[in-house]
Amino acid sequence: MDTERALLKKIMQYDFTLKELDLYLDTHPSCSRGLAMFAKFKKLREAAAAEYNDKFGPLVPEQSKNLRSWDWVSDPWPWERS
Amino acid sequence: MWQYEKKLQYPVNIKNPDARMAKVIISQLGGPDGELAASLRYLNQRFAMPYGEVKGLLTDIGTEELAHVEMISAILYQLTKDLSIDEIKASGFDTYFVDHTTGIYPVAASGAPFTVEYFQSKGDIITDLHENMASEQKARTTYDNILRLADDPDVRDPIRFLRQREIVHFQRFGEPHRTG
Repeated sequence: MDTERALLKKIMQYDFTLKELDLYLDTHPSCSRGLAMFAKFKKLREAAAAEYNDKFGPLVPEQSKNLRSWDWVSDPWPWERS
Repeated sequence: MWQYEKKLQYPVNIKNPDARMAKVIISQLGGPDGELAASLRYLNQRFAMPYGEVKGLLTDIGTEELAHVEMISAILYQLTKDLSIDEIKASGFDTYFVDHTTGIYPVAASGAPFTVEYFQSKGDIITDLHENMASEQKARTTYDNILRLADDPDVRDPIRFLRQREIVHFQRFGEPHRTG
Protein backbone atom coordinates (compact mmCIF):
# COMPACT_ATOMS: atom_id res chain seq x y z
CA MET A 1 0.00 0.00 0.00
CA ASP A 2 1.25 3.46 -0.91
CA THR A 3 2.11 6.06 1.66
CA GLU A 4 0.68 9.55 1.18
CA ARG A 5 3.88 10.84 -0.43
CA ALA A 6 4.37 7.80 -2.68
CA LEU A 7 0.80 8.02 -3.95
CA LEU A 8 1.08 11.78 -4.51
CA LYS A 9 4.32 11.25 -6.44
CA LYS A 10 2.55 8.70 -8.62
CA ILE A 11 -0.26 11.20 -9.36
CA MET A 12 2.33 13.89 -10.16
CA GLN A 13 4.02 11.51 -12.63
CA TYR A 14 0.69 10.64 -14.29
CA ASP A 15 -0.23 14.33 -14.47
CA PHE A 16 3.08 15.23 -16.06
CA THR A 17 2.66 12.44 -18.62
CA LEU A 18 -0.85 13.71 -19.39
CA LYS A 19 0.43 17.29 -19.69
CA GLU A 20 3.10 16.22 -22.18
CA LEU A 21 0.54 14.24 -24.19
CA ASP A 22 -1.86 17.20 -24.03
CA LEU A 23 0.74 19.55 -25.56
CA TYR A 24 1.73 16.95 -28.16
CA LEU A 25 -1.90 16.29 -29.13
CA ASP A 26 -2.58 20.03 -29.43
CA THR A 27 -0.33 19.99 -32.50
CA HIS A 28 -1.00 16.35 -33.52
CA PRO A 29 -4.76 16.05 -32.92
CA SER A 30 -5.28 12.91 -35.00
CA CYS A 31 -2.31 10.82 -33.77
CA SER A 32 -3.96 7.54 -32.73
CA ARG A 33 -0.94 6.40 -30.68
CA GLY A 34 -0.96 9.66 -28.74
CA LEU A 35 -4.72 9.45 -28.21
CA ALA A 36 -4.43 5.86 -26.92
CA MET A 37 -1.62 6.80 -24.53
CA PHE A 38 -3.66 9.72 -23.22
CA ALA A 39 -6.64 7.42 -22.54
CA LYS A 40 -4.38 4.89 -20.77
CA PHE A 41 -2.75 7.43 -18.43
CA LYS A 42 -6.04 9.21 -17.81
CA LYS A 43 -7.44 5.95 -16.36
CA LEU A 44 -4.37 5.42 -14.18
CA ARG A 45 -4.55 9.01 -12.98
CA GLU A 46 -8.25 8.77 -12.13
CA ALA A 47 -7.76 5.60 -10.08
CA ALA A 48 -4.77 7.02 -8.21
CA ALA A 49 -6.55 10.33 -7.54
CA ALA A 50 -9.66 8.53 -6.24
CA GLU A 51 -7.50 6.43 -3.90
CA TYR A 52 -5.67 9.55 -2.69
CA ASN A 53 -8.94 11.36 -2.07
CA ASP A 54 -10.35 8.45 -0.04
CA LYS A 55 -7.26 8.03 2.11
CA PHE A 56 -5.69 11.46 2.45
CA GLY A 57 -8.18 14.16 1.48
CA PRO A 58 -8.95 16.46 -1.45
CA LEU A 59 -6.59 17.62 -4.22
CA VAL A 60 -9.23 20.11 -5.41
CA PRO A 61 -12.01 21.71 -3.32
CA GLU A 62 -14.70 19.79 -5.24
CA GLN A 63 -13.32 16.52 -3.82
CA SER A 64 -14.01 17.48 -0.19
CA LYS A 65 -16.29 14.80 1.28
CA ASN A 66 -16.18 15.50 5.00
CA LEU A 67 -19.62 16.79 6.05
CA ARG A 68 -18.43 17.95 9.48
CA SER A 69 -15.46 20.10 8.48
CA TRP A 70 -14.11 21.70 5.27
CA ASP A 71 -10.91 19.67 4.96
CA TRP A 72 -9.79 21.55 1.83
CA VAL A 73 -8.08 24.06 4.16
CA SER A 74 -6.14 21.42 6.12
CA ASP A 75 -2.36 21.80 6.39
CA PRO A 76 0.14 21.12 4.91
CA TRP A 77 0.05 23.07 1.63
CA PRO A 78 2.22 22.07 -1.35
CA TRP A 79 4.86 24.79 -0.83
CA GLU A 80 5.62 23.71 2.73
CA ARG A 81 8.50 21.43 3.79
CA SER A 82 7.35 17.89 4.49
CA MET B 1 -0.64 23.40 -9.74
CA TRP B 2 -3.42 24.65 -11.97
CA GLN B 3 -5.86 23.12 -14.43
CA TYR B 4 -7.74 25.14 -17.05
CA GLU B 5 -11.49 24.66 -17.63
CA LYS B 6 -12.82 25.53 -21.08
CA LYS B 7 -15.62 27.81 -19.91
CA LEU B 8 -16.13 31.29 -18.48
CA GLN B 9 -17.17 31.72 -14.86
CA TYR B 10 -20.15 33.80 -16.07
CA PRO B 11 -21.29 34.23 -19.69
CA VAL B 12 -20.16 37.11 -21.91
CA ASN B 13 -22.15 37.69 -25.11
CA ILE B 14 -21.85 41.21 -26.49
CA LYS B 15 -23.57 41.76 -29.84
CA ASN B 16 -22.44 45.34 -30.57
CA PRO B 17 -18.73 46.27 -30.79
CA ASP B 18 -17.88 49.46 -28.87
CA ALA B 19 -14.22 50.48 -28.84
CA ARG B 20 -14.87 53.43 -26.53
CA MET B 21 -16.21 51.06 -23.84
CA ALA B 22 -13.24 48.73 -24.36
CA LYS B 23 -10.94 51.67 -23.68
CA VAL B 24 -12.34 52.12 -20.17
CA ILE B 25 -13.08 48.47 -19.28
CA ILE B 26 -9.47 47.52 -20.06
CA SER B 27 -8.54 49.14 -16.73
CA GLN B 28 -10.02 46.10 -14.99
CA LEU B 29 -7.44 43.98 -16.86
CA GLY B 30 -4.25 46.03 -16.57
CA GLY B 31 -5.17 48.98 -14.35
CA PRO B 32 -4.36 49.82 -10.72
CA ASP B 33 -7.36 47.98 -9.25
CA GLY B 34 -7.75 45.36 -11.97
CA GLU B 35 -8.19 41.61 -11.93
CA LEU B 36 -4.60 40.80 -12.93
CA ALA B 37 -3.20 42.72 -9.95
CA ALA B 38 -5.78 41.04 -7.71
CA SER B 39 -4.81 37.54 -8.80
CA LEU B 40 -1.08 38.20 -8.40
CA ARG B 41 -1.66 39.87 -5.02
CA TYR B 42 -3.42 36.85 -3.48
CA LEU B 43 -1.37 34.12 -5.12
CA ASN B 44 1.84 35.80 -3.89
CA GLN B 45 0.59 36.62 -0.40
CA ARG B 46 -0.51 33.07 0.44
CA PHE B 47 3.07 31.86 1.04
CA ALA B 48 3.37 34.10 4.10
CA MET B 49 0.02 33.09 5.58
CA PRO B 50 0.23 30.99 8.76
CA TYR B 51 -3.36 29.66 8.80
CA GLY B 52 -4.81 26.93 6.57
CA GLU B 53 -8.15 28.75 6.27
CA VAL B 54 -6.42 31.88 4.91
CA LYS B 55 -4.02 29.90 2.68
CA GLY B 56 -7.16 28.30 1.22
CA LEU B 57 -8.97 31.64 0.88
CA LEU B 58 -6.04 33.30 -0.92
CA THR B 59 -5.57 30.28 -3.20
CA ASP B 60 -9.27 30.12 -4.06
CA ILE B 61 -9.83 33.87 -4.55
CA GLY B 62 -6.52 34.23 -6.44
CA THR B 63 -7.70 31.44 -8.74
CA GLU B 64 -11.14 33.03 -9.19
CA GLU B 65 -9.44 36.32 -10.13
CA LEU B 66 -7.73 34.50 -13.03
CA ALA B 67 -11.21 33.58 -14.25
CA HIS B 68 -12.11 37.29 -13.98
CA VAL B 69 -9.04 38.20 -16.07
CA GLU B 70 -10.47 35.84 -18.68
CA MET B 71 -13.97 37.39 -18.46
CA ILE B 72 -12.63 40.95 -18.86
CA SER B 73 -10.50 39.77 -21.79
CA ALA B 74 -13.58 38.15 -23.37
CA ILE B 75 -15.49 41.44 -22.96
CA LEU B 76 -12.61 43.36 -24.59
CA TYR B 77 -12.34 40.80 -27.40
CA GLN B 78 -16.05 41.04 -28.19
CA LEU B 79 -16.15 44.85 -27.90
CA THR B 80 -13.29 45.25 -30.38
CA LYS B 81 -14.15 42.49 -32.87
CA ASP B 82 -15.10 43.48 -36.46
CA LEU B 83 -14.50 47.21 -36.01
CA SER B 84 -13.91 49.32 -39.11
CA ILE B 85 -10.89 51.63 -39.28
CA ASP B 86 -13.28 54.60 -39.22
CA GLU B 87 -14.83 53.33 -35.98
CA ILE B 88 -11.38 52.81 -34.49
CA LYS B 89 -10.38 56.38 -35.36
CA ALA B 90 -13.66 57.93 -34.18
CA SER B 91 -13.65 56.11 -30.83
CA GLY B 92 -10.12 57.10 -29.80
CA PHE B 93 -9.13 53.42 -29.76
CA ASP B 94 -6.47 54.26 -32.38
CA THR B 95 -3.88 55.00 -29.69
CA TYR B 96 -4.16 51.40 -28.45
CA PHE B 97 -4.62 49.95 -31.93
CA VAL B 98 -1.32 51.34 -33.20
CA ASP B 99 0.68 49.29 -30.67
CA HIS B 100 -1.51 46.20 -30.13
CA THR B 101 -4.00 46.06 -33.05
CA THR B 102 -6.94 44.33 -31.27
CA GLY B 103 -4.72 41.97 -29.28
CA ILE B 104 -5.33 41.81 -25.53
CA TYR B 105 -2.60 43.63 -23.59
CA PRO B 106 -2.88 44.71 -19.95
CA VAL B 107 -2.97 48.50 -19.67
CA ALA B 108 -4.92 51.00 -17.58
CA ALA B 109 -7.59 53.18 -19.20
CA SER B 110 -4.99 55.95 -19.30
CA GLY B 111 -2.77 53.71 -21.47
CA ALA B 112 -0.19 53.08 -18.73
CA PRO B 113 1.03 49.48 -19.02
CA PHE B 114 0.41 47.01 -16.20
CA THR B 115 2.93 47.14 -13.38
CA VAL B 116 3.38 45.10 -10.19
CA GLU B 117 3.45 48.41 -8.31
CA TYR B 118 -0.35 47.97 -8.30
CA PHE B 119 -0.17 45.44 -5.45
CA GLN B 120 1.63 44.59 -2.24
CA SER B 121 2.73 41.40 -0.53
CA LYS B 122 3.94 42.51 2.86
CA GLY B 123 4.51 39.20 4.67
CA ASP B 124 2.22 40.27 7.53
CA ILE B 125 -1.22 38.68 7.86
CA ILE B 126 -2.95 41.80 9.26
CA THR B 127 -1.35 44.15 6.73
CA ASP B 128 -2.07 41.88 3.76
CA LEU B 129 -5.69 41.26 4.74
CA HIS B 130 -6.30 45.00 5.06
CA GLU B 131 -4.60 45.62 1.71
CA ASN B 132 -6.95 43.05 0.20
CA MET B 133 -10.10 44.54 1.72
CA ALA B 134 -9.12 47.99 0.42
CA SER B 135 -8.31 46.52 -3.02
CA GLU B 136 -11.69 44.82 -3.29
CA GLN B 137 -13.43 48.13 -2.49
CA LYS B 138 -11.28 49.99 -5.05
CA ALA B 139 -12.19 47.42 -7.69
CA ARG B 140 -15.87 47.73 -6.69
CA THR B 141 -15.67 51.52 -7.19
CA THR B 142 -14.08 51.01 -10.62
CA TYR B 143 -16.94 48.68 -11.59
CA ASP B 144 -19.42 51.28 -10.31
CA ASN B 145 -17.73 53.85 -12.56
CA ILE B 146 -17.87 51.47 -15.53
CA LEU B 147 -21.61 51.00 -14.85
CA ARG B 148 -22.00 54.81 -14.90
CA LEU B 149 -20.41 54.84 -18.37
CA ALA B 150 -21.96 51.70 -19.93
CA ASP B 151 -25.48 51.61 -21.39
CA ASP B 152 -25.46 48.26 -23.23
CA PRO B 153 -27.19 45.57 -21.12
CA ASP B 154 -24.89 42.93 -22.70
CA VAL B 155 -21.93 44.79 -21.15
CA ARG B 156 -23.60 45.74 -17.88
CA ASP B 157 -24.65 42.18 -17.03
CA PRO B 158 -21.17 40.57 -16.70
CA ILE B 159 -19.80 43.81 -15.17
CA ARG B 160 -22.49 43.64 -12.46
CA PHE B 161 -21.52 40.02 -11.76
CA LEU B 162 -17.86 41.04 -11.39
CA ARG B 163 -18.82 43.98 -9.14
CA GLN B 164 -20.76 41.63 -6.88
CA ARG B 165 -17.74 39.32 -6.56
CA GLU B 166 -15.68 42.25 -5.20
CA ILE B 167 -18.21 42.60 -2.39
CA VAL B 168 -18.13 38.89 -1.55
CA HIS B 169 -14.31 38.86 -1.56
CA PHE B 170 -14.24 41.95 0.69
CA GLN B 171 -16.52 40.15 3.12
CA ARG B 172 -14.42 36.94 3.11
CA PHE B 173 -11.15 38.87 3.64
CA GLY B 174 -12.69 40.54 6.70
CA GLU B 175 -13.59 37.27 8.36
CA PRO B 176 -10.07 35.97 9.23
CA HIS B 177 -9.77 38.96 11.62
CA ARG B 178 -12.21 37.24 13.99
CA THR B 179 -10.58 35.23 16.76
CA GLY B 180 -11.96 31.99 18.20
